[in-house]
Amino acid sequence: MKLNKLIFALAAASLAAGAVHAKEVVVRIGHAGPLTGPAAAFGKDGENGARLAIEDANAKGLKIGGDTVKFELVSEDDQADPRTATTVAQRLADSGVKGVVGHVTSGASIPASRIYENAGIPVITPSSTSPKLTQQGYKMTFRVIANDLQQGNALGKYAVDQLKAKKIAVIDDRSAYGQGLADAFANAVKAAGGQVVGREFTNDKATDFMAILTKIKATTPDAVFYGGMDAQAGPLARQMKQLGMTAKFLTGDGGCTGEMIKMAGDALSATTFCTQAGIPLDKMPGGTAFRTQFKQRYGNDIHVYAPYAYDAMMSVIEAMKTANSVEPAKYQPSLKALSYQGVTGPVAFDQNGDIKGGAITVYNFSGGQWAPIQTLQ
Amino acid sequence: METFLQQMLNGLVSGSIYALVALGYTMVYGILGLINFAHGELLMIGALVALQTISLLSSAVPGLHPAVLLLAGVATAVPVCMAVGYLIERIGYRRLRNAPRLAPLITAIGVSFLLQTLAMIIWGREFHVFPQLIDTAPMQPMAGVVVSPLQIFTIVVAFTLMGALMLLVNKTRLGRAMRATAENHRVAGLMGINANGVIAATFIIGSGLAALAGVLFASNYAIAHYAMGFTPGLKAFTAAVLGGIGNLPGAMVGGLVLGLVESFGAGYIEHLSFGFLNSSYQDIFAFMILGAVLIFRPSGLLGERVADRA
Repeated sequence: MKLNKLIFALAAASLAAGAVHAKEVVVRIGHAGPLTGPAAAFGKDGENGARLAIEDANAKGLKIGGDTVKFELVSEDDQADPRTATTVAQRLADSGVKGVVGHVTSGASIPASRIYENAGIPVITPSSTSPKLTQQGYKMTFRVIANDLQQGNALGKYAVDQLKAKKIAVIDDRSAYGQGLADAFANAVKAAGGQVVGREFTNDKATDFMAILTKIKATTPDAVFYGGMDAQAGPLARQMKQLGMTAKFLTGDGGCTGEMIKMAGDALSATTFCTQAGIPLDKMPGGTAFRTQFKQRYGNDIHVYAPYAYDAMMSVIEAMKTANSVEPAKYQPSLKALSYQGVTGPVAFDQNGDIKGGAITVYNFSGGQWAPIQTLQ
Repeated sequence: METFLQQMLNGLVSGSIYALVALGYTMVYGILGLINFAHGELLMIGALVALQTISLLSSAVPGLHPAVLLLAGVATAVPVCMAVGYLIERIGYRRLRNAPRLAPLITAIGVSFLLQTLAMIIWGREFHVFPQLIDTAPMQPMAGVVVSPLQIFTIVVAFTLMGALMLLVNKTRLGRAMRATAENHRVAGLMGINANGVIAATFIIGSGLAALAGVLFASNYAIAHYAMGFTPGLKAFTAAVLGGIGNLPGAMVGGLVLGLVESFGAGYIEHLSFGFLNSSYQDIFAFMILGAVLIFRPSGLLGERVADRA
């Protein structure tokens, strides 16, 4: 009995103490992406970008709903695997996160989005560009980067109109990302009057492309397009050279990376082109400052998507500020109506949750790096 | 025709690497009846150790001849892999030799994860570029067919190693001891053969071959990564089964056949299926061939020749 009284007294005392001191609420926000496996570099980059946003917001000591809010990042590894992604999404939802930045790959984002939708937690992807993601009619799914329809369209049209390629072969890695991009590209090529002379497939663990390239070589294409990531695009470019192919090499944002330059080595030339959703880092409104801050914090350079992950995280926080609530149901409408000036440019969403006016930039390999040649809106 | 020859060449290059790795699977299976699933990881370790040596050496002594660098890479990768292979056997499998068959199999899968994770901790998650120290510039021996010195080197090295292994197994004292142990390691022990030593030697030789296969693989695709061993490991295991697991020439034939089937599969599946299937089915095609072979020849192409398996 005495013990019970003591506990009661302690509880009362702590309640009283809480009422006196200003309350600090911890708000957990998730990040999900591949931290292991072939796409790990992308996931780590996103995680770093999201963490930077959280640290910036915490440094400001935000007050939401009268309480000082301390944001906390809960990072999960989805291994870029659709099945793991659903497990991870469920775990994040169960742990009571108020929002999620992620997932990184479309293959993970699409199955995970249903779980966040059911749990009523907004999820903003920094880098999944598959059109399917926002075509599901979900209220909680957002994206801060242009999608593949726009990207594939832009490059397909560019290849036929500007590069004067008539016969084009298309390869993809059968991932949701690669396939979506390659389909959009192929359709744009046909719409612009070009001819798709080969449609070949590989997978995101492959290293040997000699067989499909040999088959493509026999059709003497003007250009070869690859929809997939740099870990395959690099060896693929090398093997094209090894087979003595002189066709132009085109790829999307998965191959538009510094890694790609490293992996493909001397196989890249002035006839290599790639696109990136968004605009180059140094052309982003806050790009240069962000790179400096990122390098200072982590000691390495930005891979690709860190600024987008930063903006995605900031969008969540901004929406919470506007709604003056950290509860998903309360701040979701403000997220929908958000108008925020981010590192990558203005962030505002259309009715599907896609970013409005997402930009696409075409790059060309020159002087040992990707040089932007044209930005298409 | 040029395309056909080119596909054949592509298949020979990947097939000869599969064959080298398949030999390791088949040697261990022949002697212990164990499928050493960690074998593919030795290929990865071989490639990454060689890469580490090459990059250290080329930054310490700039301007070294590429052949010297490559030899130095091989000269460290092979002993390291041999040591790892020996340790796996000594620590992981030896105590389980008389345990039910599933126990060492599960252990092998565990060892595979362990090695991959260790490699991830040591070398990180990112893809590394493996320097192509042998020329990759395409040469045209005939119109429409291109081959690089690196590809010729790969095929020549693989065949030389396979020949040397056959000589070792069939002509030397160690080889005779291996064959005897394969038949029955207890009886071989009674005849004065140090069965533990022979089994360790088998693991060491297989691991050395895997290290070399790793260097060849990484050189050909200019890539090294902690998870790179999985796919070729699986393919080589398939090749070993295709040729008749436990049978040395079978592993070589199986590897080459698998390489060729994959290459022709990717190249011609669309024509063969009248446009119904495309190259996304290339792996399925390879496994369909495997299925068909195993239906008609359940013990593989060359069969498991119990009498002289090794």
